[in-house]
Formats: sequence, C-alpha cells, structure tokens
Amino acid sequence: MAATVATPLLERRLVFVLGKGGVGRTTVAAALGLLGAARGARTIVAEVSARGELPDLFGRQAGESELELAPHLWTIQIDPRRALDEYLHGHLPLRMLADVVGATRLIGYLAAATPGLRELLNTGKLWELAQSERRVPLADPYRLVVADAPASGHALGLLTAPRTFAQTAQAGPIARQGQRIDDMLHDPARTGLVGVTRAADAAVTELIELRAALGERAELDLDLVVVNYCPPIGASSRDVQALRAALAHDGALPSDARAAIKRALFEERMRTVALEQIARLEQELAGIPIVKLPALYVERVGLADISSLASELEAGL
Amino acid sequence: MTRSLGEVLADRRICICVGAGGVGKTTTSAAIALGLAARGRRVALVTIDPSRRLAGALALSELSNEPRALSREHLAPAGLDLRGEVCAMVLDPKRTFDELVSALAQDDGARDRVLSNRIYRELSGAVAGSHEFTAIAKLYELDRTHDYDAIVLDTPPSRNTLDFLRAPDRLLQFFDARTLRVLLAPAGIGARLAGRAGAPALALIRHLVGVDLLGEISLFLSAIGSLIGGFRDRASAVAALLQDPATAFVMVSTPESEPVRESLAFASQLRAAGLPLAGLVVNRYHPPVPERDAATAAALSAAIGEGLAEVVLAAGERAQVLAARDQTGVQRLEEALGEVPRVLVPLLESGLGELATLGAVARELRLR
Repeated sequence: MAATVATPLLERRLVFVLGKGGVGRTTVAAALGLLGAARGARTIVAEVSARGELPDLFGRQAGESELELAPHLWTIQIDPRRALDEYLHGHLPLRMLADVVGATRLIGYLAAATPGLRELLNTGKLWELAQSERRVPLADPYRLVVADAPASGHALGLLTAPRTFAQTAQAGPIARQGQRIDDMLHDPARTGLVGVTRAADAAVTELIELRAALGERAELDLDLVVVNYCPPIGASSRDVQALRAALAHDGALPSDARAAIKRALFEERMRTVALEQIARLEQELAGIPIVKLPALYVERVGLADISSLASELEAGL
Repeated sequence: MTRSLGEVLADRRICICVGAGGVGKTTTSAAIALGLAARGRRVALVTIDPSRRLAGALALSELSNEPRALSREHLAPAGLDLRGEVCAMVLDPKRTFDELVSALAQDDGARDRVLSNRIYRELSGAVAGSHEFTAIAKLYELDRTHDYDAIVLDTPPSRNTLDFLRAPDRLLQFFDARTLRVLLAPAGIGARLAGRAGAPALALIRHLVGVDLLGEISLFLSAIGSLIGGFRDRASAVAALLQDPATAFVMVSTPESEPVRESLAFASQLRAAGLPLAGLVVNRYHPPVPERDAATAAALSAAIGEGLAEVVLAAGERAQVLAARDQTGVQRLEEALGEVPRVLVPLLESGLGELATLGAVARELRLR
C-alpha cells in the first residue's frame, strides 16, 4: 500500500459530525461550516433528524429546501420522505414516472417499515449533496457537506445502511446506489468523521464506544475528536491549598467570602475531574488528533461565540 | 398549590422519563427508581440506551435483558434506606424483538421464517423505530406480569418523542396497507390480485428495488404478516397503557437554552398526543450567586491576598453567568409547562462515585 498524505478534513467533500446528545455536536458542525465558507468553499451544513438549530442561529426559519444563511454557507434539514421523492424522480425511466403518484404512498409505507431504508435515504441525500454533478435538476454542487448526524446509535445506522443494502440487494438500482455511497464513505479523500464529546465521564465513554463500533461494524475510524466545554484555567494546586487553609482556619472570614471560596474550590474540583476525563480520552484514542474547545460562559450561544470557537478549531486542525 | 413530584409519583405504576439527549435521563431514571424503592416499592428500572450508561450509573459492569435484582449491600453507598427493591435491565432491541416475534408467532415455522429472514436478521437491531417499539413492547410485558409495583422507563435518546409514541401506530399503519401486502405477495398471484391499478406500481417497485431485495422484503413481510393480529392487539394495549392514569411522563431537562428548546417541543408533542406531563426534573442547575461586591472582595484580599482573591472572584463571575442562564432556562420551562411539579437538581460534584451521586440525586428529588 502506498503511503499517502491524509487529505485535510476541510478539503474532503462530506464530513460527519458524530457524538452523544448534548455534547455540542451542532456547535461543532456550525463551526466547521463557517470555516469551509470562510475559505470560499460552497458549504452546506445538513441537519439529519432536524431541529432547525442552525437556521435559528442566523435568525432564520428552518425550511425543507436548501437555505442560504451567509455567503457560501447553506443549510438543509434532511427529510427521508423528500429524499425518496427525489430519488424516484432521478432513477426511474420516464415511462414509469406517471405511476409514481400512485405508488408513492405504497413506497412510503415500504420505506417506513423496511428496516434501515430511512437511514439509507438520509445518507443517500448527503451523498447527493456532495456530488459534483447534482442529481437534483439545476442544483449547484457543494464543495463541502457537513452532516450534523443524530445521536451515536442512529448515526452508526447512517454509516452502515448503504453497505447492508448493497449486500442484501446484490443487484438492481438500490444495490448499485448503496455500493456507490459506501465507496464514498470509505474513501478518506472524500469523507471524514469528527467525533464530538465533552469532558464528562458518560460522554467520553460513549465516544470511545462509538469509535470501537465504527471500526467493528463499518470499518471506519474517526479523523478528529473535538472536546467541547473544556474548563478554564483555574487555581494552581498551591492556590487550592491556601484556599482550603483559609476556610479551615480563618474564623473571622465573612460568610459571603467563605461562600465565594467554596464556589472557587467547587469549580476547581470539577475542573480536576474534567481533566482526568480528557486524559482518559487521549489515552484511549491515542493517534487521533484531539482539539479542545473552551467552555463558554454566555447565557446563550450565538453566532459570535461559534465564530470564535471556529477559529480555535481551525488552529487545532 | 402544586403537588410535589413525590406525591404525584406515589400512586403511579409507570414512570416514563423523556427528554433530549445528554440531560441526565438515565441518572434521573435510576434515582427515581431508588427513591421509589426507598418508599418500599418493588421497582423495575428499564433502559434501552445501548451505551451501558445505566450499568455505569449503578456501578455495575454490565446489565442484560434479564432483570437483575440489586442487593442492598451493593446500593449501600447511595446512603438510602431501601425498604423496597430495584431490578434493573437494559433492553437489547434485537433480542426483545426476537422474543416478541416468538411470543406472537402461531407456530415454530412462522417464528423461524421471520427470525431467519435476511432483512430481519441484518437490520432489526439497528434501526430507528425498533428501539422505540421494543421499549414499549417490553413495558407492556412487564406491566402485565404484575411482578413489580412500579416500572421506571428511561426512553431512548431520540430527538423526537413522537417516534417513541408512534412506533406501534407506524407498524400497524403499514400492516393495514392491504394493497401493499397484495403487491408483495408471491409474484403472479400478487399481480393478478392487484389488478390494473396495482400492476404498474408493482413493476415500478420491482424496477426500483431490484428483484432480489424485493424478494427478501416480500418474504420478510409475508413472514411477519402472520403476526399482524398479535401486533395489532399489542399496539392497542400499549396505547391504552400510555394513556392510563397510572402512567406518569416525567420530563428531564437541563436549563441550557438548547435542551430547554427541545424539552418544550417534546412537551407540546405530548400534549398533542393527550399525554399530560406529570413532572419536570431540571438537572445541572446552577443556583443564584450574589453579585461581586466590594466588601467581600476586600475581606478576601485581606484573608488570602489580592491575587488569590481575584482567582476566587473570577470563579464567582463565571458561576454568576451560568446561574443567570439557568434562571432564564427554568423560567422558560415554567412558563410553557404551567403548574407541573418540578424539581431543580443542582449541579453535583463529579467524582463522588456512582452510587453516592445517585443517592444525592434521589435525595434532591424528594420522593419520600
């Protein structure tokens, strides 16, 4: 096998952002989207199992179609039913199109009840967005597609469904389509996987398990790990000793001051535990680049916050 | 005056914890189960989160499909006086589905046809919808056996509560599409029965899906088709169970803006489905912090020096931002959810040990 230099993440066509719920997956997807757009690449952030979080950040309403948020930056909520409709129109011979209307409802039922077909349709749509020649008539191609995937277990389904269908169907359009998508997913020049977590026990464990499952079930690996909400630099260990001593010995300290010191010590203990979790992650996922993003102390994460996280992310890429 | 969460849960048989991913649903479910057991009830604690979270939260190396009774010695670090009992289990959706098929199949042949079908085998464990369906199928099973006084269910990490509520319906709706069954019946007969309207659609589906896959799907559907009656009965029984006044839906959230937004969406879905919320648990809450004042700053400087005082005050300012954020989040939840018993569980120190943490959460929930 020839040694190759890995394609930089943002130069790939399709980047999946994976992780447990609540770890800030969408924030990272949005930051990657901003970075792609800032480089002048026509970029789309695709939300699978839509929440419309990204349009919301830009003060826009989520819609079904591709929506321009800023120069070079687009977003879409992937909808399997719509993807199915597009697929039918793109793959059927003209003479059959007239029957689609009659059959759509049936095919919809088929899609709802056939295990895995929904995932296949979602991944198929992501694949379509990432093609230089779009299947959707008159649609412009994207240089970068960032997929904000659903929580871990469902995300795995997205990555395995194409191969499963290719193997089960063996021949026919679905088999061919499944194979094409699977080829792209396994081409490191075109597809990248980013795992997101936060510095907490459950989230770290789940990312480690997700990585193992990716290897076992999809023969894929993470290209990058992002740890969100990393604690700020706090007191040194000598400071901590001094604070503890003050609490223990200074009986004259007013209660407000005591409470303030207790808060600082509490934050410090939380920080220590968070750092232990980061160390565990680094040890378990040795070899995968890890970028740490700081915790934000804001009432609500806004566009400016994501821009600043994006620059930190870029520095770590 | 709103009743407390403890009072509300006292006379319920089933407690279903719903909420966005990552808000501490599993921990909350386990704490509720422990709290109910502390009141003397025999509790089944069920999760289908595939990632061993529940085992971790209970300080166990693993849990399985089989209910595992937790001994009092094991739970001692939680510091609760457990007069009742907790049995915990993690559903393996594939196995649960297999069991369901076995239970509903009329004979071994029908069972084997489904279980050995390639589509069923490769995909039944890994798909959206099957998690949700198996969870409620199991809930029904557990409720019917009357082995437990209370069942606490930790729902799957789904962005859409409706997926979970609609799972039985969706399956039924599909089986009720009789035309489709005709279409997918063994070739020839199917086409004849389908008549003029069905024939082109059949050709279309065949073209699209390919003959091999269609054959597998067709076998899958006809095999599982013999179980339709059973599924239908089961689904309506489950729907009735969800509507039962003895079933309580408890929303779990954190006060951050994104989980709050998702929680509110969940709540309106529940309302639309005619399933009222019985309680709200807000995890990782940062209680209010007094503003920085000159007197405290001076006292700190005098006691620990100016530099260290600044470190302490900076931590205070960070805590203040988080407290203000959480205040807003809780307010939004309260305004939208109205008079629902709610508990704010403060951010607890990490690194206490799993069971001590559970005990602390259980005490905060004040179920006793």
